[in-house]
Amino acid sequence: MTSRTVQTLDRVVIRFAGDSGDGMQLTGDRFTSETAAMGNDLSTLPNFPAEIRAPQGTLPGVSSFQLHFADHDVLTPGDAPDVLVAMNPAALKANLPDLPRGATLIANTDEFSARNLAKVGYPANPLEDGSLESWHVHPVALTSITVEALAEFGGLTRKEKERAKNMFALGLLSWMYTRPTTGTEAFLEKKFGGQPEILAANLAALRAGWNYGETTEDFASTFVVNPAPMPPGTYRNVTGNTALALGLVAASHRTGRPLVLGSYPITPASDILHALSGMKRHGVTTIQAEDEIAGIGIALGAAYGGSIGVTTTSGPGIALKSETIGLAVSLELPLVVVDIQRGGPSTGLPTKTEQADLLQVMFGRNGESPVPVLAAQTPADCFDMALEAVRVATAYRTPVVLLSDGYLANGSEPWAVPETADLPAMAVDLAAEPNATDDAGEPVFRPYLRDPATLARPWAVPGTPGLEHRIGGIEKADVTGDISYDPDNHDRMVRLRQAKVDGVVVPDLEVDDPTGEAKVLVLGWGSTYGPIAAAARVVRNAGHAVARAHLRHLNPFPANLGAVLARYDRVVVPEMNTGQLAMLLRARYLVDVRSYTSVRGLPFTTVELADAVSTTLEEVS
Amino acid sequence: MTTADLGMPVSGLQNVPPLPDDAPRQAKRDFTSDQEVRWCPGCGDYVILAAVQSFLPELGLRRENIVFVSGIGCSSRFPYYLDTYGMHSIHGRAPAIATGLATSRPDLSVWVVTGDGDALSIGGNHLIHALRRNVNMTILLFNNQIYGLTKGQYSPTSRPGTVTKSSPLGSVDSPFNPVSLALGAEATFVARAMESDRAELKEILKAAAEHRGTALVEIYQNCPIFNDGAFEVLKDRSQQEARIVRLRSGEAITVGAEDDRKVLVRQGSGVMKFIAEEQAETGEKGAVVVHDPTLDDPSQAFQLSRLDTPDMTHVPMGIFRQVARPTYDDLVRSQVDGAVTAAGGPATDEDLTALLRGRDTWTVG
Ligand SMILES: Cc1ncc(C[n+]2csc(CCOP(=O)(O)OP(=O)(O)O)c2C)c(N)n1
Ligand code: SF4
Ligand SMILES: [Mg+2]
Repeated sequence: MTSRTVQTLDRVVIRFAGDSGDGMQLTGDRFTSETAAMGNDLSTLPNFPAEIRAPQGTLPGVSSFQLHFADHDVLTPGDAPDVLVAMNPAALKANLPDLPRGATLIANTDEFSARNLAKVGYPANPLEDGSLESWHVHPVALTSITVEALAEFGGLTRKEKERAKNMFALGLLSWMYTRPTTGTEAFLEKKFGGQPEILAANLAALRAGWNYGETTEDFASTFVVNPAPMPPGTYRNVTGNTALALGLVAASHRTGRPLVLGSYPITPASDILHALSGMKRHGVTTIQAEDEIAGIGIALGAAYGGSIGVTTTSGPGIALKSETIGLAVSLELPLVVVDIQRGGPSTGLPTKTEQADLLQVMFGRNGESPVPVLAAQTPADCFDMALEAVRVATAYRTPVVLLSDGYLANGSEPWAVPETADLPAMAVDLAAEPNATDDAGEPVFRPYLRDPATLARPWAVPGTPGLEHRIGGIEKADVTGDISYDPDNHDRMVRLRQAKVDGVVVPDLEVDDPTGEAKVLVLGWGSTYGPIAAAARVVRNAGHAVARAHLRHLNPFPANLGAVLARYDRVVVPEMNTGQLAMLLRARYLVDVRSYTSVRGLPFTTVELADAVSTTLEEVS
Repeated sequence: MTTADLGMPVSGLQNVPPLPDDAPRQAKRDFTSDQEVRWCPGCGDYVILAAVQSFLPELGLRRENIVFVSGIGCSSRFPYYLDTYGMHSIHGRAPAIATGLATSRPDLSVWVVTGDGDALSIGGNHLIHALRRNVNMTILLFNNQIYGLTKGQYSPTSRPGTVTKSSPLGSVDSPFNPVSLALGAEATFVARAMESDRAELKEILKAAAEHRGTALVEIYQNCPIFNDGAFEVLKDRSQQEARIVRLRSGEAITVGAEDDRKVLVRQGSGVMKFIAEEQAETGEKGAVVVHDPTLDDPSQAFQLSRLDTPDMTHVPMGIFRQVARPTYDDLVRSQVDGAVTAAGGPATDEDLTALLRGRDTWTVG
């Protein structure tokens, strides 16, 4: 064994890249788990093609997983990798532009055949022609060493052995960054429990990768990234979609009402359907509908019956659900509509992220049809916002839209798991008896008699004796709920529905302005939270003052938003659309906000946002 | 409470609490709401409403456990006039909404009221999926072969050549036969009734309500304003007997008055044909078809549905198919209930905390 140095780093960004069939997402997930177990703070960014298996070895087939971990609090998956693992020439070609000079590249030389090089248009082998001399290149014959290491597994074909190469890569990286592999071993035992030979081969490949690092002289040092200081607690790593599913179940538990999900599969929302389908033990009913319209119809039918009705989808599905959201506005029943945004219009970029559905969910319905709109800001925040969506829906008897996006959905971060008893109390009361008297003094039920504080109408579910009533999408008379075409009544009902949504109580917007001297405010919503916070950190470290705030309630806005906007000389609004929140702010507050936008299907980088903020700072200085 | 394991037919009302024995007898007026009925004078919908209001007491259920969900159309105004729970929803979507309600609430008797446009045009997808899933509910499809509410355009059941404002030279669409469509969609209960035949309609409604699974009842309904007389030949006493084929379980399928009766036989090729009664007796022209709605194979029911042609020479009425198949909602509930029971009962706070933590946690501090 060679002696080598151990270097301590404060942060590392690693990107695993390979063919869609190379198991890069799994490798990344496992490395993430190991890293979480080490107590580092972290953030991840999976990036994969929409095709399940694009032609092997081609650029469209490249799948990658980026992980940023540190000994301090991590806000983004990192702008640029420090280490790139490239499993084939396509992975190298697709990812090299992001790799800063001087960074480390581990390349699987076995895949750099003339044929594979030609597939992606490399005239010569970049590992040999000197073109990579600005990077630290570690050529490793990953495939053949893996196959060799598995020589004794006579029952496996060469193909099966080759498939274990991702575990070899994981073993090598785990050695380099001194990560434990026990978690991965346990994981493999669970996954391949029924196939002992495959299990043994994967374990052997993992070990071989570790040993390779230890025995070859190619790697001069290993690295340590110490744990990040985090508040005490029990932690797990969660993706946004997992957190969202857990939040919905927690809300069902806290309200004491069963959860019914009606959903039609669509990327990147399907994982919520998958997760909830596995939570039947918690009384969760999932119905995979024939289309998105049926999905929300099912949720609304269940809500009418007293359940927490939820439907989950992405932008194209929201378009189909619009008419039913309008019905729910008219019926004034609680309903949660989750939109995991992706690149649009139309099919757009199914696996990439975007924030371009804000105006759709705000206004994309016929008539005056206001709904509360919430947006989660980090993967773990999806849990809190799912609870908040159910709270608003049930307290105000209204459909609520909860926005997330592809970045939050698939990205992950450590989450301090709350105790059930510490979750907000969310009692829901169903109507049980008549709420008025008629002219003759007899008790009667008035389905549209509102609670004066919330303007919510009673939630009177079928099966409740004495409250039989009819509701529908035709305009209803105030109080009685009978059909009414009266002009003044319609005007009143439109304004009542608007007032109810406007009156939803939401927490004030908190502003992060450590010096209190900032003249520029950066205001964001949704998944730009991490990049904006990271950019503000960069700007502040450079000695400038900048304020930062993030909206989780987009309708209604926090009551203090107007006052906050007025305090700053400039307001910069970064969005992954062409300026949708900016449009709302301008219309509502007559503030000349600066829109900074990008629609590349990828989250903002810290650097580009820091630059944008710095430019604005110069203007006001 | 669930009945996923269907050994024998279980009533569609099994989990719906009945009226207590000492409750006062219900009457039609108990199911009549205070809303003014607003269909055109002479509309067939009045007749169906009266039949349903007078039939509901026969179910012996509490009013609060009955829900009518409708789509959009003249017919879909129905729930407003019944003093039960009700939802007038949006065009075509009632089967989906009812699926969510019926699946989450086994204690309700769930009814869908829809029209030929609502069910077969805009809502066609939801209808076929409700039927294949076999959700425990009853769908009443009021077929007036026209879009009534939008003032008289041809519908997916209009006869070819129907002249309307949107088809001034006659419609060129091929119509759906709702019974054939339902059978093709794996429906477990399919029937057809005539609005004006109250006795038969009530009998079918009873069987449909008691069927566990999705029951589809097509009801021929006259729209005197935009498609008057669409079913006149079936109502006209002089023609009725020659045209209406009454399906009665266990009986030969016949049409015509006693002196001119024809009997349905299956010929060697499999084709069904009406032949004179005396010819049928010999058996030479084919085997007499005996109606059996409980046949597992829907082929015979489908063939019967094809006897009906747009010119209404022969129109079968009655129950085409009535078979037991596990219902979607029972199966869904049994999976959830099974998981809850296996885990030792409803989730406690500790169970939820365990779920939130998952399998891979670490502790700080
Ligand atoms: C989304 C939508 N599209 C169109 C309409 C207009 N519309 C209302 S009812 C109807 C047709 C109704 O026909 P049918 O279901 O046969 O009912 P009928 O009025 O004949 O009872 C149409 C097209 C609507 N209400 N909603
Ligand atoms: S238009 Fe026709 S179906 Fe509609 S209410 Fe009038 S008569 Fe009845
Ligand atoms: Mg019609």
